[in-house]
Amino acid sequence: MRNEPSITPAQVSEHGLSQDEYQTILNVLGREPNLTELGIFSVMWSEHCSYKSSKYWLKTLPTEAPWVICGPGENAGVVDIGDGKAAIFKMESHNHPSFIEPYQGAATGVGGILRDVFTMGARPIANMNALRFGAPEDARTRHLVAGVVAGVGGYGNCVGVPTVGGEVNFDAAYNGNILVNAMTVGLADADRIFYSAAAGIGNPVVYVGSKTGRDGIHGATMASAEFDDATEEKRPTVQVGDPFTEKLLIEACLELMATDAIVAIQDMGAAGLTCSSVEMADKGGVGIDLDIDKVPQRETGMTPYEVMLSESQERMLMVLRPGAEATARAIFDKWQLDFAVVGRVTDSGRFIGRVAGAQVFDIPVRPLVDESPEYERPWVKTPAPQPLASVTAPMTHMAALQALLSGPDLSSRRWVWEQYDNSVMADTVRKPGGDAAIVRIHGSNRGLAIATDCTPRYCLADPHQGGAQAVAEVWRNLTAVGARPLAVTDCLNFGNPERPETMGQFVGCIQGMGAACRELDFPVVSGNVSLYNETHGQAILPTPAIGGIGVLDDLERYADLALSRHDDQLILIGESSGHLGQSIYVRQLLQLQDGPPPPVDLATERRNGDFVRGLIADGTVDTCHDLADGGLLVAAAEMAMAGDIGLDLEGPDEAGFWFGEDQGRYLLAVPGAIVDSILQLAEKRQIPARTVGRTGGQALTLNAGAPISLSELRRSHEAWLPDYMQSA
Amino acid sequence: MKARVHISYKTGVLDPQGKAIGLTLANLGFAGVGDVRQGKLIELELAETNADKARVSVEAMCEKLLANTVIENYAIELDNE
Amino acid sequence: MKASVIVFPGSNCDRDIQVALANSMGGPVDMVWHGETEMAKTDLIVLPGGFSYGDYLRCGAMSARSPVMREVVARAEQGVAVLGICNGFQILLEAGLLPGALLLNAGRNFVCRDVNIRVENSQTPFTNGYEQGQVLRIPVAHHDGQYFADPDTLVELRAADRIAFRYCGVGGDEDGAAGPRDNPNGSIDDIAGIFNDRKTVLGLMPHPERAADPVHGGTDGRGLLASLVSALA
Repeated sequence: MRNEPSITPAQVSEHGLSQDEYQTILNVLGREPNLTELGIFSVMWSEHCSYKSSKYWLKTLPTEAPWVICGPGENAGVVDIGDGKAAIFKMESHNHPSFIEPYQGAATGVGGILRDVFTMGARPIANMNALRFGAPEDARTRHLVAGVVAGVGGYGNCVGVPTVGGEVNFDAAYNGNILVNAMTVGLADADRIFYSAAAGIGNPVVYVGSKTGRDGIHGATMASAEFDDATEEKRPTVQVGDPFTEKLLIEACLELMATDAIVAIQDMGAAGLTCSSVEMADKGGVGIDLDIDKVPQRETGMTPYEVMLSESQERMLMVLRPGAEATARAIFDKWQLDFAVVGRVTDSGRFIGRVAGAQVFDIPVRPLVDESPEYERPWVKTPAPQPLASVTAPMTHMAALQALLSGPDLSSRRWVWEQYDNSVMADTVRKPGGDAAIVRIHGSNRGLAIATDCTPRYCLADPHQGGAQAVAEVWRNLTAVGARPLAVTDCLNFGNPERPETMGQFVGCIQGMGAACRELDFPVVSGNVSLYNETHGQAILPTPAIGGIGVLDDLERYADLALSRHDDQLILIGESSGHLGQSIYVRQLLQLQDGPPPPVDLATERRNGDFVRGLIADGTVDTCHDLADGGLLVAAAEMAMAGDIGLDLEGPDEAGFWFGEDQGRYLLAVPGAIVDSILQLAEKRQIPARTVGRTGGQALTLNAGAPISLSELRRSHEAWLPDYMQSA
Repeated sequence: MKARVHISYKTGVLDPQGKAIGLTLANLGFAGVGDVRQGKLIELELAETNADKARVSVEAMCEKLLANTVIENYAIELDNE
Repeated sequence: MKASVIVFPGSNCDRDIQVALANSMGGPVDMVWHGETEMAKTDLIVLPGGFSYGDYLRCGAMSARSPVMREVVARAEQGVAVLGICNGFQILLEAGLLPGALLLNAGRNFVCRDVNIRVENSQTPFTNGYEQGQVLRIPVAHHDGQYFADPDTLVELRAADRIAFRYCGVGGDEDGAAGPRDNPNGSIDDIAGIFNDRKTVLGLMPHPERAADPVHGGTDGRGLLASLVSALA
């Protein structure tokens, strides 16, 4: 080992390690680490890689079902979707980098999640995202929205994967910490999934993709004694994405995967070469020797520390079968990508790096992974919210509807999704703007439905209900298009887990999610945790973003939210208690953030959803929308605007009925001739169902009051976001 | 020898990025900024040491690839240090 | 009929047009790598959409100089039909097979949405299946689609019926210019696609291959492929 100066306590803390954790390192090594080794331990034991604050609770989530091929632990989750095909998917956060540099932060977030998916052998077929920004009034919000949206689009559009939907929300709690959560869904042959466990002593370890630079190396490197006057040039830089290289990498990897050359493959994401090598060695129960100087480098004079910790994008690590090097090299040459044999699989169980033949680090793999800290952080249960005082409607229901549809929460997101290529690959069946996106499974008449959701204000008021609601709403979104929900990925965004209140939100959300996943047979197969989303003591709203997928067995039978016929009856499925606590109505129109969120009754959720899905699957229903933010009247207006057909609505003259956010509800538009049979069937299954209106005309009318024309409604609905983005 | 190629839109070609920069500058209170044009700078490391030959060669590069002379002008700057 | 789709590094609509063409032709389509210097006999060459070379430097600039393009230009001169869609249109301009240039969208953002385009000349191998003046609904998806040409070129394009499609409103607005939202990128004279003087080369920004199957929600793009099949069979 190279002789280096002793590690100082200051260096230990600059690497984010506690003194206890450092003591564990000394025990594992039986000696002092050098700086490179300290760097390796620090990234492997970081919150991001080790899940040290969260794994105790993550283990409580259900992860299995007969259709789950691979749950959490690999690059992404894998689910059997029938016909010999598998869907591979995951959602991941890129919050902090996106706040610093919105375009590149968001772009590299998309790039990272795409790699997680094609690493496992899948061709990416759809991207989704969940974006949360600060209050529209905050000085930085407009700039962040513009940059993030352009970055998401810039990357996804260039690689040629359609971005088929997503969420955009605003809340002052995200002023100092925006959330950029990106999800990718890929398609693979179910018997051709690639995993990361290294195997075969002596097999070559191969590096492919872009060269390694000094991107994203933790600021702690600045403490390195080896830095000289040229430090300015060595300052860690924002990671810059190169979607063109990513596109070539996708094609090259999929071409190589069609051969039998690959033993194991892992993308280089957070902590780059370190994390990918260690995970491959640990999963395979082997060691890995790396020749650091063989790693393709973009800059001169990089230290081993920098090479091992670089987060340069668009790179992959593979273990190849003996003799497969020439085949693999030819493919990467064709795509003009770097290809280098950088090491070997060994039987030593150690992770060893050499420069010019001399060892620069030597760490036993098992303890590096197994001895990583795990904390059961103290937490306190979030107190139950105060009840909502009785609400007096501040304006007519129609005026309230117009205000809501043209406000920041519920206005059209068209300005955002028109910047995303949603139809490349020519398999997009349902474009953004609906409950769930649908993409065709290429070459078949079956489809995958995809949805993301989370209602952070519910999670803040009652983490358990909020966690359950996020899962239930995704399940409902998939059901509303007729899909059979299969599994979810989660992206858990929270504040500082060292605060018991924040940890209590985390625990509550996980428990609620777990209950919903179990009841709805909707296991978690992949995910990501992002903690410490906090600035100046202001934590974000607890935001467990959920992404789910479902399958449609026949693309002739799915439901759309757009009204498509005149003289249809509008049927409301589900119980309406008029729950206004935590609703958009009281938040926007009365500036109230009081009351409990609407409770999620999972058995009811399931019963109502199974009923609706059955009606779509047997061809009875083709027009359906689930009720969510804004309640019944907002959902009805969305159906009318989407189909450009008006509605005459009838019901109790109560704000709670029209704007309450009771869960487990759907609106169906069906021809008059079959209304009675649907109502009778619902009654037989003890599902509340009633008619609330009739389609026709070009206006929305409520209880025979003054109509609002659809064109007027649409104009104000469409105007808010583009107007906001253009005003300076 | 180092060559710098400055590429900009020809007069009359709409430059939406330049226009947006001009608007933003005005919004930030910078008065008196007229037309704003955004271009690009391409730096080339050349083995050639003769400036005349280098200029001929870089001009050819501009005509063949670096600039689209339908819409773009280019200017070449050679640096002998 | 034989058709060939050129694949550049960064092409991403190559498979889409391959599938749509194969469906229209009822037979296979050749995929030709950009590094090839020779190409088998073919009746139609397609330059697909995408971000070839990442759209770095200028859209289509580097692809237009790739080895296979010498052969594409030679075939075009012999009268072989060449279709450039989106990035393919940009490459055709950079290669000099069509006049003008495509600039950053006037709105400065990428734009993906369905647009209406009017068929301006139905007497060509690409458009014979459409009616003159027919309005088609087809998606666009691009960042640099603002067509630009100098005044002389525009005069020539109009005089020789070389404007293939113009962006328009739902009704076709024959009597006037397209509304601001109807022209998605600020193209001069609402131009969405143009021919060479012999009408054997077409470049257009909208993606007919994304409106070629009922699951796309519309099939107006099929007519373009069907026109080619009937003209070149």
